[in-house]
Amino acid sequence: MNKLIVSPSPHAHTTESVPKLMYGVIIALLPAFAVSFYFFGIGMLIVTTVSVVSCVLFEYLIQRYMLKNKPTLLDGSAVLTGLLLAFCLPANLPVWMVMIGALAAIGIGKMTFGGLGNNIFNPALVGRVFLFISFPVAMTSYPEPGQWLSYTDAATGATPLGIMKEGLGDSTAGELMKEVPGYMDLFLGKMKGSAGEVGAIALLLGLIYMLIRRIITWHIPVTILATVVVFTGILWLVNPEQNADPLFHLLTGGLMLGAIFMATDYVTSPMTKKGMIIYAVLIGLLTVIIRVFGAYPEGVQFAILIMNIFVPLLNKYFKPKRFGKEVKRG
Amino acid sequence: MGLLTFSRGGIHPPENKISAGNKIEKAGLPEQVIIPVTQHLGAPAKVLVSKGDEVKTGQVIAEAEGFVSTNIHSSVTGKVLKVDKFPDSSGYKRMAVQIQVEEDSWAEGIDTGEEVVESVDGTSEEIRNKILAAGIVGLGGATFPSHVKLMTPKGKKAEYLVINGVECEPYLTADHALMMERHRELTIGIRILMKGLGVEKAIIGIENNKPDAIEVMQKAIEGENGITVQPLKVKYPQGGEKQLVEALLKREVPSGGLPIDVGVVVFNVGTAYASYLAVQKNRPLIERVVTVTGKSVSKPSNFLTRVGTPASFLVEKAGGVPGDTAKVINGGPMMGKAVANLDIPIVKGSSGILLIRETEAKRGLVQQCIRCTKCVSVCPMGLEPYLLMTQAEKEMNDALEQDKVMDCIECGSCSFTCPSSRPLLDYIRLGKARVGKIMRERKAV
Repeated sequence: MNKLIVSPSPHAHTTESVPKLMYGVIIALLPAFAVSFYFFGIGMLIVTTVSVVSCVLFEYLIQRYMLKNKPTLLDGSAVLTGLLLAFCLPANLPVWMVMIGALAAIGIGKMTFGGLGNNIFNPALVGRVFLFISFPVAMTSYPEPGQWLSYTDAATGATPLGIMKEGLGDSTAGELMKEVPGYMDLFLGKMKGSAGEVGAIALLLGLIYMLIRRIITWHIPVTILATVVVFTGILWLVNPEQNADPLFHLLTGGLMLGAIFMATDYVTSPMTKKGMIIYAVLIGLLTVIIRVFGAYPEGVQFAILIMNIFVPLLNKYFKPKRFGKEVKRG
Repeated sequence: MGLLTFSRGGIHPPENKISAGNKIEKAGLPEQVIIPVTQHLGAPAKVLVSKGDEVKTGQVIAEAEGFVSTNIHSSVTGKVLKVDKFPDSSGYKRMAVQIQVEEDSWAEGIDTGEEVVESVDGTSEEIRNKILAAGIVGLGGATFPSHVKLMTPKGKKAEYLVINGVECEPYLTADHALMMERHRELTIGIRILMKGLGVEKAIIGIENNKPDAIEVMQKAIEGENGITVQPLKVKYPQGGEKQLVEALLKREVPSGGLPIDVGVVVFNVGTAYASYLAVQKNRPLIERVVTVTGKSVSKPSNFLTRVGTPASFLVEKAGGVPGDTAKVINGGPMMGKAVANLDIPIVKGSSGILLIRETEAKRGLVQQCIRCTKCVSVCPMGLEPYLLMTQAEKEMNDALEQDKVMDCIECGSCSFTCPSSRPLLDYIRLGKARVGKIMRERKAV
């Protein structure tokens, strides 16, 4: 008989692994990628490719030459960061800017903290905010959908949220709604916006896939979306002249992408269900506050990054319900 | 009847109940047996025999020393070869009696017949004494002496007897086979335990992956007063007594407490059957059903095995050791112990011998925690395994105690589910050992 392996229990293990989970999220992003490719064509392809390749390359270089540890390229996390970064950039962003974004995402967002599992902020959002603050013009001129063969030369304009932000005060929400695409277009993704944030239906498909595969639970995405609907609903009911309706808020901007793919990032979201709900409610509230009362038309990115800071605190104060604390009799 | 289950966490490991449906077979007698005198939780029994003695099947060879201890009987007829330390399944050398096996001849006063004795006579004290005399321990794996469990502590009142027929460990089918084939005796055993405890109500919990056992047991309890069968949703670790009590009765055993704190006493189906033999037949606990299984094992079986039989003897009966065996487990894959060789003796607490193939035996490469929260959501005790592991690694004993490390039942759900193959339970055990020591020292002061 061979020498027997002796190790403590359990002797059975799941077939799930980090790469499988990461690639699961990547698969969930595919429908949204298809929609974006359909509307933004070649620009989307270039931005995505550059972003993914740069993220993987920067991660490799930093691990190899700066941290001098074993590169973990195959775990899929750098690919995922690259994809998510590309999804929240305009599809006409020049290659060099995308590369800077990737360096900020991987370098500052992830590796500074020690790599996968240790980062406080969502790396893709760090990259996006870095670019947003450094190149405000490029980051806010969004290409019109349907220009298949154009890249940096695409005709641009403001997003539905941008139109709303600019116009409210002078005109009513009802008048402005005539300037933005109809609900069906918003639902399908035919609007100006960051490359991967359009196409609510495709993003929701991704959510359903991740829920079925048990990659994430419903708590964060559903709570964020519900909070936004309730909060904007209240505002809309109080003053329908000066507030867009909840459906508009739900379908525009980066809300879907943020709620489904960014806020649910394992590393930067809370560990317990209670913590997740509080985190998600606050992301929803902050998003609406920034959108409605703040200086920027869109607030999801900041809301998520701000709430990322509170995750360790949420983990500390919101523990799971322990077994056997309360004794029910009867 | 609706299916019940426990409320927090839980996992669904592949069931792999290969030997389900196989009849209980007599394993037969090996040439030699090694009978350890510590087959139970508590103090070792005191050896009564010495080298050269002739012993009969069922004769007491070591007697209980102290309250939490129990008798050990010879499982065979033969000559004592040695009273010495032998390695048991834990790998430690422990006192045991080695006997050269001769032709079977039972000690006097033991009823070896198969006919079922229905009427349960005797007071609860007589029942307890018979159970102690027969050396009965919890056969679910914890091997706690059963007569102690039958004594309700002062100030507590037992209301329910829960019979554990869950068998949630993958691969194992010993309890299943017992319910299928010894349902009549089992039912009488339950009546005995009810009488011993002085309770009116008993619930048999069986997972829904054994519909045949549920049906058979439901038939067996027809006309019995106060005994019910409750089917349960399949979920590991439902066989853990805290989980089972919560699933059946919605009562949570308090942290650091026992089921009796919520008026419940739990016994395994094997223990109920052994109680039947002890009280109705005067037969001590010298044999039990052991599942011998594995994906490459040619004849996965449920063997009725004498205590002290070497594991190698059973494996030979099941078709020998497959060439691709890399790990041998005493018990099931979730909570069983890996053993270093097949010389270990079967003891009262052995529910199975599992031979695992090379491809499944190795653990994955340990990777960074990605905070996926899977370990938190599967923990049946509502703990945070990822946090406990870090605290144990860094020897943060106060934090460990505060975060309830001692509540861990070591079911292994966290380690099973971790996509980064992190050794969560290994570190938590380490933390438990340290915190347990600190708590004991504090108590002693």
